[in-house]
Amino acid sequence: MSYYLKRLGQSVLVFFVTVTVTFALYRMLPFGPVEMMRANLISQLVQQGNPTPDQIEKVNQMVQAYTGINPDQPWYFAYYEYLYDIVVYQDFGVSITKREPVFQILFAAMPWSLFISIYGLALGTTVSLLLGAAMAYTEGSRFDAGMTVVSIINTTVPYYIVAILALIVFSFNLGWFPSGGRMTPGTTPGFNYPFIAGIVEHAALPILSSFIAGFGGALAFRGNCIREMGKGYIRLARLRGISQGRIAIRYVGRNALLPIYTSIMMGIASLFGSSIILETIFNYPAMGFVTFEALMDRDYPLIMGSFIFFTTLTLLGILVADLTYGIIDPRVKGGAERESY
Amino acid sequence: MKATDDGGDGSPIDDIFTRTSEVPTLTRREKARRTFDRRVYAPMAVLVRDWRALVGGLIIAAFFLTGVVAWVSSSNWWFLDGVVLVATPTVMEGPIFAPPFQDSAYPLGTGVMGKSIFKQLVHAAPAMLQMIFAGAFLSVIAGTVIGTVAGYRGGTIDKTLMSFTDVVLTIPGIALVIVLAAIFEPRHPVVVGIILGIDNWPRLARTVRSEVLSIREEAFTEASRIMGLSQLTILRKDIISNLMPYISINFANGARTIIFESVALYFLGILSFTTLNWGVMMNEAYNGADLTNLGQLHWLFAPMLTIAIVSLGFILFAQGLDRIFNVRLRARHESTTADAEEQ
Repeated sequence: MSYYLKRLGQSVLVFFVTVTVTFALYRMLPFGPVEMMRANLISQLVQQGNPTPDQIEKVNQMVQAYTGINPDQPWYFAYYEYLYDIVVYQDFGVSITKREPVFQILFAAMPWSLFISIYGLALGTTVSLLLGAAMAYTEGSRFDAGMTVVSIINTTVPYYIVAILALIVFSFNLGWFPSGGRMTPGTTPGFNYPFIAGIVEHAALPILSSFIAGFGGALAFRGNCIREMGKGYIRLARLRGISQGRIAIRYVGRNALLPIYTSIMMGIASLFGSSIILETIFNYPAMGFVTFEALMDRDYPLIMGSFIFFTTLTLLGILVADLTYGIIDPRVKGGAERESY
Repeated sequence: MKATDDGGDGSPIDDIFTRTSEVPTLTRREKARRTFDRRVYAPMAVLVRDWRALVGGLIIAAFFLTGVVAWVSSSNWWFLDGVVLVATPTVMEGPIFAPPFQDSAYPLGTGVMGKSIFKQLVHAAPAMLQMIFAGAFLSVIAGTVIGTVAGYRGGTIDKTLMSFTDVVLTIPGIALVIVLAAIFEPRHPVVVGIILGIDNWPRLARTVRSEVLSIREEAFTEASRIMGLSQLTILRKDIISNLMPYISINFANGARTIIFESVALYFLGILSFTTLNWGVMMNEAYNGADLTNLGQLHWLFAPMLTIAIVSLGFILFAQGLDRIFNVRLRARHESTTADAEEQ
C-alpha cells in the first residue's frame, strides 16, 4: 500500500514541478515570452511618441489577452491563478494563431498520438523481448551473432533517419503509402472498410518508425536471460520435470524482465517526446505536429500547454506501469506482507 | 633475563616503533616511467587488443582530427591564417548535383548550390564537437556530483537529491529540450550542447549513488576515514576514481544522444541555422533535392551515413571502455607491477 501511495504522490509532485517550470519559463525569466511581448509593444509605442499611462494599460491588456497572464500582478498571485486555472478548469489559455482554447486543440489531437505511440511501444517491446529470449536460447549460434549486429545497428541509426528513408522509399518512390495526413479524404468516419483502411494506410509508416524508436532492450534481456538460465533453481526445475515452456516463461522470463522493467517504463517518456519529431516528418496531424507548428509560430500558450500535456501523458503511462509492477514482482508490496522466517 | 625484556636498549618493542622500511626511494625518472606505464601504456595495450575499443577509438580520433583540420582551415589566428587544409565550402564551386566518387575536387559530390558535400561535412565538425563536449560534460559533472553527494552523505540530503533526480527522470526529455530551445533560441554551439545535455544526467546520478553506497562501506574507505583524511580527499581518491567506468560510459552515450537530438532539431528547423551542422545539411537536402531521383539523393545520404558512423564509434568505444577500467585486465598489460613477471 505504501508503495502505491508513494508512487502516486511522486507523480503528483512531478506534475506540479512541471507546471511550475513552465510558469517560470513563461513568466519569470527576465527575457521570457511575456516580457518580450510587452517590451516589443511598448517600444512600438515609444517610436510613435511618449506612451501615455492609458496606452501602457492597453498594452498590458493585450499581453494578458494573448498569454492569460497579467504583467502587473505579483508573481505569486499569477502563479496561483495559473495553477488554479489548469487544475480546476483545465484552462491553458488561448492559442495565439488558432484562436481556440489550447486544451481543446490538444485534446482533439491526443488520441491520434496515443494510437501511434502505443502501437509502436507495444510492438517494439514485444518484439525486442521475444528476440532477446530467442537469442539467449540460441546463444553462440549464427542467429545470435546476426541479431546482435542488427541490435547494434539499430542503436547507431536514429529512428528519424529510418523514418525519412521509409518515407522516401515507400511513399515518394514506390507510392505504396501516403506521405501525410491521417485519413483518406472523401471517406466517411465510422465503421466501414474504406475509412479504416485509410487510417491503417496513413498510420503504417509512423507506427513502423515508432516501433524502431521503441525497439531496444533486446541485448539487455538476452544478457539477463543467460544469467538466469545458469542458476541453480532452473536446473532444479528441469530435474523436477517442469515443461520447457513453463520454465522459459514463468522462471527465466519473469526474473530476467525485472531488472529492465524500469528502463522499459522510461521508454514511454522518450517515446512521447519522439512523437514531435516523427509526426512532423510524416505530416501526421496529431499532438506532436501541433506542437511543432506552435514552435514555428512562437505560439507560447500552445507550446506550454503541449509540454504539460506530454508530461501528464508520460506520468500516467509510467504510473500504470509502476502500479502493475507488483504483478510481475510480488516482493515490492513489501512491509507487512513480506513473509517472515 | 626478565629485567632486560622489560625495557632498555635494543628492546623489540622499541624496534617496532623506530624501524623504517627499506623501500628504495624512486628517482624522478623511475616515477615518470611508472606513471606512464600505468596511465598510458597499459590502457593503450588493452585498447589495441579489443577490436571494439580500437575501432571506436579510431572513429572518434578521426572525428576529432576532422574538427581540428576544419578549425585550422577556417581560422584567422596568427600563422594559421594562411594554412588551409580543406577550404570552406562556397556556392557554385562545382557543377550542380555532381555524383560522388567521380572528381577528387568534390569527393562526395555536390548539392543543388554546387557546394562540395565533403567540405560541408568537414566544416560542420568543430561546432558538433563543441556541442557534444559541452553537453556530455554537463551531464557527467551533474550526474557524478549529485550521485556522489547523495550516496556518501545519505539522510535528508540523499532523499532530497534523489526525489529531484526522479522528477527530472520522468519529465519527457525531448519535449523539455524543444521547449527550452524555442524559448532561448540558442545560437552558440556550446549553449545548444548545454540545453541538449540538461536531461541526460539522472540515470548516471542513480547509478553513481548505488555504487557509492557500496564503496563507502569498503575497507579502504573506512581506512581513509580513520586516518583522518578530509572528506574531499576521500571522495576524490577513493570514491570517484572507482566510478570512472560508469562516468566514461555515460559520457560516450551522452555524446551519442546529443548528436541524435541536435541533428533532429536542426533537421526540423526548431534550432535556428547559425552554424553548419549535419542536421542543417539534411534539412537542405530533404527540401532541395528531388527525392525520387537517385542521382540527387547522395546529398541526403552523406550526412546520414556520417551520423551513423560517428555514433557507432561512440557506442563501440563505450563498450570497449568497460575493459579498460577492469583493473585485473589492465594489470596484466603493465610491465612495472609484480604481476607482469608472473605472466
